[in-house]
Amino acid sequence: MLRTFPKGGIHPADNKISADRPIEELPLPKVVSIPISQHIGAPAEIVVEKKQKVKVGDIIATAKGYVSSNIHATVSGVVTKIDTVLDSSGYKNPAVTIRVKDDEWIDTVDQGDEIIREFELTQEEIVRKIMEAGIVGLGGAAFPSHVKLAPPKDKKADILIVNGVECEPYLTADHRLMIEKPEHILVGIDILKKALGVEKVGIGVEANTPDAVKIFQQLTKGRKDIEVYPLKVKYPQGGEKQLIKAVTGEEVPAGGLPIDVGAIVHNVGTVYAVYEAIQKNKPLVERIVTVTGKNLENPSNFRVRIGTPVSDIIEAAGGLPEDAGKIINGGPMMGKALSDVTVPITKGTSGILIIPEAEGRRGEVKSCIRCSRCVSVCPMGLEPYLLMTLIEKKFDDRAKDEDIFDCIECGSCNYICPSHRPLLDYIRLGKKVLK
Amino acid sequence: MTDTILYTVITLTSVGVIAATILYILTLYFKVYENPLIGEVDEVLPGANCAGCGSPGCRPFAEKLVNSDDISDLFCPVGGNDVMAQVAKILGKEVAEKDPEVAVLLCQGSCEVRPKTNFYDGPSSCSIESMIYGGDTGCQYGCLGGGECVDACTFDAMYMDEKTGLPVVIDDKCTGCNACVTACPRELLELRPKQKRDLKVYVGCKNLEKGGVAKKSCNVACIGCSKCIDACSKDAITVEDNLAYIDAALCTLCRKCIPVCPTDSIIEENFPKPVDKEKARAKAKEKAKAKKEAEKKAKEAAKEKVAVAVAVKEEQKKE
Repeated sequence: MLRTFPKGGIHPADNKISADRPIEELPLPKVVSIPISQHIGAPAEIVVEKKQKVKVGDIIATAKGYVSSNIHATVSGVVTKIDTVLDSSGYKNPAVTIRVKDDEWIDTVDQGDEIIREFELTQEEIVRKIMEAGIVGLGGAAFPSHVKLAPPKDKKADILIVNGVECEPYLTADHRLMIEKPEHILVGIDILKKALGVEKVGIGVEANTPDAVKIFQQLTKGRKDIEVYPLKVKYPQGGEKQLIKAVTGEEVPAGGLPIDVGAIVHNVGTVYAVYEAIQKNKPLVERIVTVTGKNLENPSNFRVRIGTPVSDIIEAAGGLPEDAGKIINGGPMMGKALSDVTVPITKGTSGILIIPEAEGRRGEVKSCIRCSRCVSVCPMGLEPYLLMTLIEKKFDDRAKDEDIFDCIECGSCNYICPSHRPLLDYIRLGKKVLK
Repeated sequence: MTDTILYTVITLTSVGVIAATILYILTLYFKVYENPLIGEVDEVLPGANCAGCGSPGCRPFAEKLVNSDDISDLFCPVGGNDVMAQVAKILGKEVAEKDPEVAVLLCQGSCEVRPKTNFYDGPSSCSIESMIYGGDTGCQYGCLGGGECVDACTFDAMYMDEKTGLPVVIDDKCTGCNACVTACPRELLELRPKQKRDLKVYVGCKNLEKGGVAKKSCNVACIGCSKCIDACSKDAITVEDNLAYIDAALCTLCRKCIPVCPTDSIIEENFPKPVDKEKARAKAKEKAKAKKEAEKKAKEAAKEKVAVAVAVKEEQKKE
């Protein structure tokens, strides 16, 4: 029987419309706006000036502190503006705007296609290079990767888990990457193995992407250190804690980190970015973004330069359909509706989803009928209905006692609630108030 | 028969006496001493339990007043100076005297002047909407219209104006308890002194964006042009981060700043006769014109003088 995590979970329709669309290069935009805070942690510090010429790969903002990330120019051209720009957070934040001219890369980057398997860097060099390349978790949370690669000294990682579970409906970016660049990903895995000093690697892939499972199984045949785990389809299996539970059977303690059970999880997209950073000297300047939606003319998977306006990639996918109701940054479960199409693609943007008007509206909020479905689907074993009420009535301390901080914000409770109660909205508010 | 009655009376009486004795001993043993002053002070407090003083309610505030040596920084905004004077009389301590305050809304972004740019269908809570994004208009500093301040008001001193979509403070009912100020996630409410006859002049905006951007998102946004600073003779106005602020302590309510504001973002309240902006502006224009002309004339005169002087000098040279 296929493995999965035991507690809770839901089965939304997977709607992977763009699954058979190969990754295409998106034509260069005319202007990019690169926000300086695309990651968890401190915003980077801008080091370029207005009117300065930049090449692809030039650092435009340096990491400020350890939990932060470098930001690179993703196009070549002239810096035209250093100002606040509306980004996917829904607020205006500082960003560097570059007018694109040609496509000139910095000299150190190897732009060739051929795969390079050998590497001779030491552990520290790998981590440093990853840090310099500005790599963050590309699954969506955008946590700086070098922090994850340097666990505290008293804790030892013994398994690297590669997250190939794209449990969000609609999104296919990771799936396409797995079947198009599996060998590159395997080299990336070897690099991360060395960086972490682990012997064991588990690749978690959901059973609804059998081609990816098959490719990895074939390529890792004869390798004892890597095992491929086909997993039973269930949302939110791509959550770090759920994936660890599904693969190793161990549960990350409340308030703990994966390293507490000896696991480190990296998304396949991140692993590929690591390969490119180490073997090709290429900083994180582009990522794969799924543009999809039921009535979209041409749902696709694009390789997009970071900072490209969302409107550009919607245009490339056939333009906004007439009945578009919401444009979502990310997947339908955890993504966030955008208030404007001019916002730039950031390192954490895994998809742009266009939901028709009829499906996009939230239902009318009714009273809680105590059906406890939210409790039964919560993958963290929390009581969402209770947390919501506690926050609504401002019993913040009690909400803390009810482990509100264990919530991974997967949205399963919101999805299942027959009364359309905004459970997750209030839980998020509570987490923000209590922080 | 009589025996039964007798026994019953005896048993019940003895049970009663024993229970009473135990209770009496227990009350002696578990007696909690409470300063009678607390009760007295609690009596004079308004009993609104609004927490405007910082304590969770009137009783805890009374305890705090009685137990602290120095109460000069404690104040009941609801009761005001009268109540505090009574408290001072009871406790024999010195109390602070404060001008009564009322809450004002620092946003005028009604639906008319601040067009909607998108549609919000999440929970109708300002805190949540503010957490999610900048709001359904172009201004990310303005009122979201969710009415959390109205819900927070325990004195019925606020209501939502359906026409404008903004909350309104009823000055007579507002006690200045600060509840709405803390409830607003955008810090759009401010307590300002009531001053004489509750007259108020303040900048009704919190937008920190540069002038052009602010004006684009809202017609009545403060654009930080600093014209009001020049109009003010008392240095009561400061502009920081493209936003003007009028210091109520320095403002003399002369209202000279109102007509000079190009976006009408300075609000006057409760004046019997509002400033006639058109007239004031026309007057100002005339004055400016006159000044310009005068300057021009002065310049010409100066030029003539110079010319004459030069001519005289030349003549002198010739001689």
